[in-house]
Amino acid sequence: MSDIADRVKKIVVEHLGVEEDKVTENASFIDDLGADSLDTVELVMAFEEEFGIEIPDDAAETIQTFGDAVKFITEAS
Amino acid sequence: MFDLTGKSALVTGASGGIGADIARVLHKAGATVALSGTRTAPLEELAAELGDRAHVLACNLSDAEAVEALPKQAAAAMGAVDILVNNAGITRDSLFMRMSDDDWASVLDVNLTSSFRLCRGVLRGMMKARWGRIINITSIVGHTGNPGQGNYAAAKAGLVGMSKSLATEVASRGITVNCVAPGFIATAMTDKLNDEQKAKIQVQIPAGRMGSPAEIAAAVLYLASPEAGYVTGATLHVNGGMTMI
Repeated sequence: MSDIADRVKKIVVEHLGVEEDKVTENASFIDDLGADSLDTVELVMAFEEEFGIEIPDDAAETIQTFGDAVKFITEAS
Repeated sequence: MFDLTGKSALVTGASGGIGADIARVLHKAGATVALSGTRTAPLEELAAELGDRAHVLACNLSDAEAVEALPKQAAAAMGAVDILVNNAGITRDSLFMRMSDDDWASVLDVNLTSSFRLCRGVLRGMMKARWGRIINITSIVGHTGNPGQGNYAAAKAGLVGMSKSLATEVASRGITVNCVAPGFIATAMTDKLNDEQKAKIQVQIPAGRMGSPAEIAAAVLYLASPEAGYVTGATLHVNGGMTMI
């Protein structure tokens, strides 16, 4: 797993308080990992801080799963 | 009770009568305070009176960029912003038929939009901390209306709706958002009234007197305290019974 994926996973695990093995490629933050809408906003803010990138609102809406997040951040950073 | 040791509070309009007393009472309860306002001299005086744990952050709330910067400056000075008190407000009174767009826009800008921006600015830190207190100072006229104050009443009523919406969004994160609505309070603003005007107002107040800034500050202290953690989206009316809602 890439360094980016590791760092994203760490943020997700810490923030949502879920087991690491639940955070799989297709795991949806809301449907599978128990996030509410505010959690997703917080996750996006945490990604922005960790990776020093800007995630615009329309892009943030497309980040639904762990895989989405890793893909977006890999392309943006 | 109401111990704010270790907490940091940003108070806008701290150069005014009510704002200064709010800062005093939060400081006395142990909080570190950031005093914001447009006039630096009274802020410096207040900071000197308070001694330790007081910072002066001048800010013109009609300047959007300055407002955006204020929460960051406050966090840099104090380490965090745990408590935000949006107290600053201006009036540009005029009867509706004579009210200019400028009178309307400037009052909405300073009294409502700047509060929105400051709330937004402090949320990230509060969300991370899973603790926060936002207290917006509204006014009895936001509920009753007042001739000549269409702009001011709209802004104050707007704060109530904004506070309730935000309260709903962040309640699960240990952040409360409430309003304190003063009635007639003895300040520099009401000193301008003549005795006849004051007598007329006092007849309408069951308590038979104007309130003091300290009585508003006490309500703010309660809402800022850990003990008020289950109170959110509320408006605490402090008006001597003038309007019981």
